[in-house]
Amino acid sequence: MQHVTEHSADSGQSALPAWSLPKDAVDRIALPAHWPERITREWALGGGTGKGARVCILDSGVEAGHPLVGELEGAVVISIGENDEVIAEEDLEGDVSGHGTACAGIVRALAPECGISSVRVLGSSFTGSGAVLLAGLRYAVEQGFDVINMSLSTTKKPFASVLHELADSAYFKRTVLVASAHNMPVESYPWRFSSVISVGSHEEDDPMAFFYNPSPPVEFFGRGVNVEVPWLGGRSLKVSGNSFATPHLSAICALILAKHPELTPFQLKSVLYLTATNVGGGK
Amino acid sequence: MTEKPDLRAAVAAGVVGSEDSFRALLAAIVEVARSIFGARASSILLLDEKADELVFEAVVGEGEDTLLGSRFPAGKGIAGWVLATRTPLVIEDVQQDPRFAKDVAEGTGYVPSGLMAAPLLHDERALGVLSVLDRPEQSLFSLKEMELLGLFANQASIAVDLLLKARTANSVLEQGEGDLEIVARLAAVVDGLEDSKRDAGLRLLRELADTLRA
Repeated sequence: MQHVTEHSADSGQSALPAWSLPKDAVDRIALPAHWPERITREWALGGGTGKGARVCILDSGVEAGHPLVGELEGAVVISIGENDEVIAEEDLEGDVSGHGTACAGIVRALAPECGISSVRVLGSSFTGSGAVLLAGLRYAVEQGFDVINMSLSTTKKPFASVLHELADSAYFKRTVLVASAHNMPVESYPWRFSSVISVGSHEEDDPMAFFYNPSPPVEFFGRGVNVEVPWLGGRSLKVSGNSFATPHLSAICALILAKHPELTPFQLKSVLYLTATNVGGGK
Repeated sequence: MTEKPDLRAAVAAGVVGSEDSFRALLAAIVEVARSIFGARASSILLLDEKADELVFEAVVGEGEDTLLGSRFPAGKGIAGWVLATRTPLVIEDVQQDPRFAKDVAEGTGYVPSGLMAAPLLHDERALGVLSVLDRPEQSLFSLKEMELLGLFANQASIAVDLLLKARTANSVLEQGEGDLEIVARLAAVVDGLEDSKRDAGLRLLRELADTLRA
């Protein structure tokens, strides 16, 4: 997508000061003058379709061509080679559980014109699934997606530090990681990291209702109960869980980023806060 | 004795309890889960890491006669997703998913229409999946049920962890010299005694140990 390259650290903005701020550089980092005095939901995403934003579904694959998903921009399956190399091949199998298709459908419903890609990290076997998840996330971050939807987590502590690095590296590359929070009393990752947008469930019916949580680590609540979603074989189901609240926030991020591609993840999170239903978005 | 892992395992196997008692605990957990949710069936699937398969370890309600012990690949289906992602989920109208029907309901003729599933997590490990099938159709799902499911899954995880420890102890015992089994039996018997009988039993064992050492 155009805006990714325009605003990535490697291109047009590389002239901006990165490590310190000399006097003569102050003007160059002035905030855009067109920012309104008050950030509203209408300013943030009103009239948006997500066109131009690229969303990655890191999950069980996506059923391409499902009437509620449409065509995909790409679909790869991740595996680890004999020499520990990461292999990303075209995914011909599609969705192995239905879950990835459900997430893609939620994103498509809210941001109908955004680009959706699938990076499949589940399904070949359970053994080694943690390593594949890490490799898949690394691959997705390298692709420069605007939003990566992670409706999954790992409890493996050895993976936590690598996941942390990947989450930070995504953050600085302007890729937003949206991750499902755990609603069970266990330590899991990456949702607990502050560089990601962590999502729990609320029970409202409005798919655009989202709430800021003043008591983190769960930062936002999205619609996650009794949600109609596409499933395998062109069908639909009703589902509940934080893993379905997450793509609601991913779609909302895509809508905002499509309209305001200049936003960094920090700014995006601030806009989410200011436009949350319980902050400014409910008015 | 502390330097002899086989002996320690034998004593542990005797004191910790038999596999049967933990299986009974798992069965009790799924029975309560089914009852609380008013569901038609509930089950616990355990991960067999070597085979990369999920095994029905406890089943109550529909399928209890046929599903126990049956297996399917751990990487696929809804249970496979729940296990790999450590994330609970609730799905209604699962009949519409032919792969689900194939994975779980094959051979039983029972295809559930609704499913709640939560991962069984202990420390860093994912041990299996707790499922509750077919809650009453008229009851709309809410976050309260999700929380309750998480509580049951937590309880089941502790039971499963104990079951796996008992299995490990027994397996060490079986792989060792079979005659250590008597140590396990002695440990179990003494552990089950009360008050004066227990004191007498321990006294007898001390004397036996002294005699054998002499």
